[in-house]
Amino acid sequence: MLRSSSRKRGALWRDPAFRALVFQAILLLALLALITMIVLNTMANLESRGITTGFGFLNERAGFSIPQTLIDYSGDSTYARTFVVGLLNTLLVSIMGIIAATIIGFAVGIARLSTNWLLAKLAAAFVETFRNIPLLVQILFWYFAVLQALPSPRQSLSVFDTFFSNVRGLVMPDPQPLPGFAATPWALLAAIVITIALAVFARRRQARTGKALPIYWLGTATIIGVPLAIFLVTGMPLEWSVPELTGFNFRGGVTIIPEFMALWLALSIYTASFIAEIVRSGIQSVPHGQVEAANSLSLPGSITLRKVVIPQAMRVIVPQLTSQYLNLIKNSSLATAIGYPDLVAVFAGTALNQTGQAIEIVAMTMAVYLIISLLVSALMNIYNARTLLKER
Amino acid sequence: MIDKNKILFALPMALAFTGGISSVQAATLDDVEARGNLNCGVNVGLSGFSSTNENGTWQGLDVETCRGIAAAIFNDPEKVVFTPLTAKERFTALQSGEIDVLSRNTTWTATRDNSLGLNFTTTTFYDGQGFMLDKSLGIKNLEDLDGASICIQSGTTHELNLADYFPSRNINIDTVTFDTPDQTAQGFASGRCDVLTSDTSQLSALRLQLPNPDSVEILENLISKEPLGPVVRQGDDQWFDIVKWTIFAMINAEELGVTSENVDDMRNDPPSPQVARLLGVDGNYGEQLGLSNDWAYNILKHVGNYGEVFSHTVGEESPLNISRGMNALWNEGGILYAPPVR
Repeated sequence: MLRSSSRKRGALWRDPAFRALVFQAILLLALLALITMIVLNTMANLESRGITTGFGFLNERAGFSIPQTLIDYSGDSTYARTFVVGLLNTLLVSIMGIIAATIIGFAVGIARLSTNWLLAKLAAAFVETFRNIPLLVQILFWYFAVLQALPSPRQSLSVFDTFFSNVRGLVMPDPQPLPGFAATPWALLAAIVITIALAVFARRRQARTGKALPIYWLGTATIIGVPLAIFLVTGMPLEWSVPELTGFNFRGGVTIIPEFMALWLALSIYTASFIAEIVRSGIQSVPHGQVEAANSLSLPGSITLRKVVIPQAMRVIVPQLTSQYLNLIKNSSLATAIGYPDLVAVFAGTALNQTGQAIEIVAMTMAVYLIISLLVSALMNIYNARTLLKER
Repeated sequence: MIDKNKILFALPMALAFTGGISSVQAATLDDVEARGNLNCGVNVGLSGFSSTNENGTWQGLDVETCRGIAAAIFNDPEKVVFTPLTAKERFTALQSGEIDVLSRNTTWTATRDNSLGLNFTTTTFYDGQGFMLDKSLGIKNLEDLDGASICIQSGTTHELNLADYFPSRNINIDTVTFDTPDQTAQGFASGRCDVLTSDTSQLSALRLQLPNPDSVEILENLISKEPLGPVVRQGDDQWFDIVKWTIFAMINAEELGVTSENVDDMRNDPPSPQVARLLGVDGNYGEQLGLSNDWAYNILKHVGNYGEVFSHTVGEESPLNISRGMNALWNEGGILYAPPVR
């Protein structure tokens, strides 16, 4: 008894797993103590310097306007709403940028491998130009050299007198839904569901019988056709607010501000040049034997690319693509340089200056970028797990 | 580049706050004397107030205020290190102790004075928010600005004034926000907006940077009070007094007719008891501030009185050519009034 109990105690202390646990717990506690001390000390210091702290300012009237808002916002709105407006503007330019960068990047990456000499060289020139110029310079280039060189509103470049391009941005007709329009988006949703169901059916059918359905054409026809039919049946319940030049500027229509255009163009093109190289490396990582095997089965070139090369290339592409998406989101904070009202410009800029509560605002801003990046990272990891080599 | 700096800028500030409490009440004057120079936060570039000339020397009304403080402490106006700051950076730079005094055309408001841990000393320039636009538009009234785009610098009181003024009068405007005065002026010059708004003094300065200064005009209407003056940290009354009385000395000197030219004669043979007290011939007014008794003499000898400084930075001897207006002495039709030295 005695022996076994003493051995037990000794075993616990000598157990490496237990020891590791103890050390980790001590480290964690020390870290927590340090953080607590820093927070308390900071609060005490701020207090003793007479600097207001806390998040109460979020409910106060902001009192300044923002040029581009996706939700209702005025000078009477609160700082909390300023935060949301800035966040949405950041998300808008990031999502649009990711979509555009992906499309351009894949197109250029595939073009670089084209057997067409001119196309391949043009794609190479694109990549080497845009990835070797600092992003900020590119943003300033698009903004000051390209978009600010456009004519004034009165001398706008116009297409059919409905689209206008000038130094204030791109003005175009704004669709105003009338009663009864709601059916159309629902029809679009239904069409998407039908298409997905059709795709699942087509895949199973092909696995069973070997017969392929022209799913791309069918899907496209459904997604365009069904909402269009509903739209026509309900009597086209949509009105266009066409821009009209009055006084200083255009009235009606919707204006895409040049700050957005410049930032979007610069982010998309800069990131696309990196994505192009990632796509190229991904495609080239697929062993040539795979293509030869597909050729020997006399698969057409497009199917070889879609069904043989790209699925295998994606395993190489996706992890690097994630980094590029994260870079793009974080780079969108360069918006301040040209006055695009993103989170950093509006919240960590104007709101910070008006309230003076730097610590709270900078912490919130950093948390936002961290959360967005972690979310994107998680989504891309899920996708990556799906495209991984399945070993059976 | 610019915005990332801003975040990086906030971090050392956050770290500064996490440091020991004991440093909070340290006397700024001792720090400045030990360091051997004054750290002064100024505008990144606003001609007339703070900008660099072709030799890289800082000049302007706000810059001369810093030189005046340095002269009062060191008897040497050149012992100043100027830190150019954007509107957004300025308060954190002062709060974190990176600068000793912020002399950067900063409007004195309740929030800034009361909730940022800062104190406004006194006003060096009485200003108001005005509007600059192209003469060819033929606009004379703010009511006619409906639908106009207005260029503005972010992080300023002007943003708030705009949101106060126009919506309450049912005038729709679009604001376009930029980070620095230069960018704002560039946006206006390129036609991104119809109107540029800022303090009228700034507008006079920015106008000179335009390709064709004569094609624009500044409207008569002002929509706000903008008292501009140097700012110090709360909790150091001696330092607060030094900055405040440096400016008072310059204003009193103008009132008493003491200039950088005649200050030596005046000290040798004071024409009045007031001048004798100001220049340290009589009394120990410098020692009361923790300085030497010839503090005001040093300011006036090296920098000059308020009128001289005004004249060669923003007034009639400068390209800006701003009239004294409200900034004239109280006995000459303005509202400049300094407490007496006695």
